Amino acid sequence: MFTATNRRVYFDHNATTPLRPVARAAMDLAHDRGGNASSVHAEGRTARAMVEKARKQIASPLDVDPAQVIFTSGATESNNGILRGFPDRKIFISAVEHPCVHENRGENSTLIPVTQDGVVDVAAFEQMIAACDRPALVSVMTVNNETGVIQPIAEIMTIAKKYNAITHTDAVQALGRLPITRAALNVDFLTLSAHKVGGPQGVGATIIAPGAPLPRFIIGGSQERNHRAGTENVPAIAGFGAAVEEAIHQRDTYVTTLTHLREEMEREMKRISPSIRIYGVNAPRVANTICLTVPHVSSETMLMAMDIDGVAISSGAACSSGTVRPSRVLMQMGVSEEDAKTALRISLGWNSTQDDVEKFLTIWQKISARLMS
Amino acid sequence: MNSLGFAKDPKDTRVVVAMSGGVDSSVVASLLHEQGYDVIGVTLQLYDVGEVLKKKGACCAGQDIYDAKRVAEERGFPHYVLNYESNFRQSVIDDFVDTYLKGETPIPCVRCNQTVKFRDLLKVAKDLNADCLATGHYIQRIVRENGVSEMHRAVDVTKDQSYFLFATTQEQLDFLRFPLGGWTKDVTRDHALRLGLITAQKPDSQDICFVPNGDYASVVRNIKPEAEKPGLIHHVDGRVVGEHHGIIHYTIGQRKGLGIGGGVQENNDPLYVVNIDAQQNSVTVGPKEFLARDIVMIKDCNWLGGTGGDITVKLRSMTRAVPARIERHADNTATLYLDAAQYGISPGQAAVCYDGARMIGGGWISSTAQSQNFQVNAA
Repeated sequence: MFTATNRRVYFDHNATTPLRPVARAAMDLAHDRGGNASSVHAEGRTARAMVEKARKQIASPLDVDPAQVIFTSGATESNNGILRGFPDRKIFISAVEHPCVHENRGENSTLIPVTQDGVVDVAAFEQMIAACDRPALVSVMTVNNETGVIQPIAEIMTIAKKYNAITHTDAVQALGRLPITRAALNVDFLTLSAHKVGGPQGVGATIIAPGAPLPRFIIGGSQERNHRAGTENVPAIAGFGAAVEEAIHQRDTYVTTLTHLREEMEREMKRISPSIRIYGVNAPRVANTICLTVPHVSSETMLMAMDIDGVAISSGAACSSGTVRPSRVLMQMGVSEEDAKTALRISLGWNSTQDDVEKFLTIWQKISARLMS
Repeated sequence: MNSLGFAKDPKDTRVVVAMSGGVDSSVVASLLHEQGYDVIGVTLQLYDVGEVLKKKGACCAGQDIYDAKRVAEERGFPHYVLNYESNFRQSVIDDFVDTYLKGETPIPCVRCNQTVKFRDLLKVAKDLNADCLATGHYIQRIVRENGVSEMHRAVDVTKDQSYFLFATTQEQLDFLRFPLGGWTKDVTRDHALRLGLITAQKPDSQDICFVPNGDYASVVRNIKPEAEKPGLIHHVDGRVVGEHHGIIHYTIGQRKGLGIGGGVQENNDPLYVVNIDAQQNSVTVGPKEFLARDIVMIKDCNWLGGTGGDITVKLRSMTRAVPARIERHADNTATLYLDAAQYGISPGQAAVCYDGARMIGGGWISSTAQSQNFQVNAA
């Protein structure tokens, strides 16, 4: 039975996930200590130590040297820097990239198609790059933010390397959910974001392969080995490091727990609303994401109704004004515009519980009964 | 009964408020929230200004949407922006353009109320389990003892918006609430100031929302570039007196900007557009008496009461209602016989009928006629 509580259910972790207590503690400490990491005095050295600790915390699980981690203001900056950093190269990106890649692809670019399950068509890609007469930059996301579908990055990038391409992956939605290392993915550059793993918003990183020609992201001081000017955001970086360390440490539990919760949710939602369709079911997906369509019920209406009753979910893609537009990602997967307008994304996270799932299902049942009848 | 007419506590009464980002709807939402109602603010993103004007770079929300969001945030009630661009394009902008191409003068605000707001948004409100949909329109909704809701002119006649709401159906009216209908604008502004709304000092919108600076021709041109076909301007006496650069630039009754030099009329009386013929792509001008009409045919009527007989009718948003007799026909059309001839009645506009202060519906003007020929001293 539904018992009314004021507690909300937050199932939009792919948009941002709550700050982990360890990250908050690290940030508090950094705020308390103060100091500019570039200063020579004791306060500066303390700040520097926190930045370097975080760099190690991030480098270690990705199996890179700390010197290969460059902090940025987030994944958008990291992706912009790479996509715009090689103007002479032909750019290949997947058809389902995040806007911060997609919108920076330039005119001299080609979209690599995806299958109906949202997986990059590797054979098509190989033909495309084989036919390309110039050095290329290949950028494909590790995990899609809307569907949770995992891309065969190692396979794609091994092909890309055969043709001497520079390789990049936006691994924002993969960190803490999949065991990833830079070398295993065979990429020159890898983008990370703190707030998708329980760190603060406004900080991210670019991981670089040894010797890879990293462009300069922001021009000014010589911070971040001269690649990214600007005073380091020490508290955010410290929080980022702590969040990554914990997320990696807890990854097995996270995957087990969320796989279980998601299976229950998908089973129950199909029982309650048999007409729903879940996207990417035939592809490997990360454990936390469900992308589905609810025929004939607009995403906007469903989102509002769920929100008013205390559940936060999202549609595929939200515009900056907060309006909902049909998802480009789903349409690239061959989904009709009509179905794309009814698509929802439900994404669980590190603090999701069985209780959340039960409350979600109760409200889902109530609203489905009203809107789908 | 609570102030919205429901026999329950305001906190148990869910009301969706259509918020435009202007002062009126901001006050409606904020006041109902202050009174304890379960308020949900909704703003419709109707068009992309950049797209309408074919300018690159402008995206998404304009200032009005931002203002509506800010009001809701500050007052503490939920607010959503709905993307209605395609609904608005299909239901309002396309009709706006087509009407101009027919040589008529459209009123997109009526179409918008009729379709996007009271059909589409109202459905969303019902989907959200709301008890009613409230707007910031200046019109009174009065419920009679028999339970029938009626629309009456606003107390503030200068703000009355009944003309723009003639197409509201009885079913829609039953679900709608217009809390400002009994107020003057000053009272609304006082409340806005008292509540500290950021929209309190916002000027009233004057133009059609998707037509910046009143330049409707640029909107038509961008959607239908072929609309600006040059043609001839005839005098009612048959002479060609000039050239026009597209009938979309003309409205029946228009006097200024005709592009005709002086000396056409011997007595130098002003000339008016008296006819626009889309088929011939021609504009006809003549002295004022050629505008006189006392019979008005209307179509696609919507009625909220009355059956026929003596009424008053408003033939343009900015003119007074005039006495007339109405005959309703079976095919949802009607004929209006005006007591005195009116000048400059344009097809495409609405003819909205009143029984005293009560708005009883109306229709779209399809054609006009003059019952008796009169002598004109044409030059």
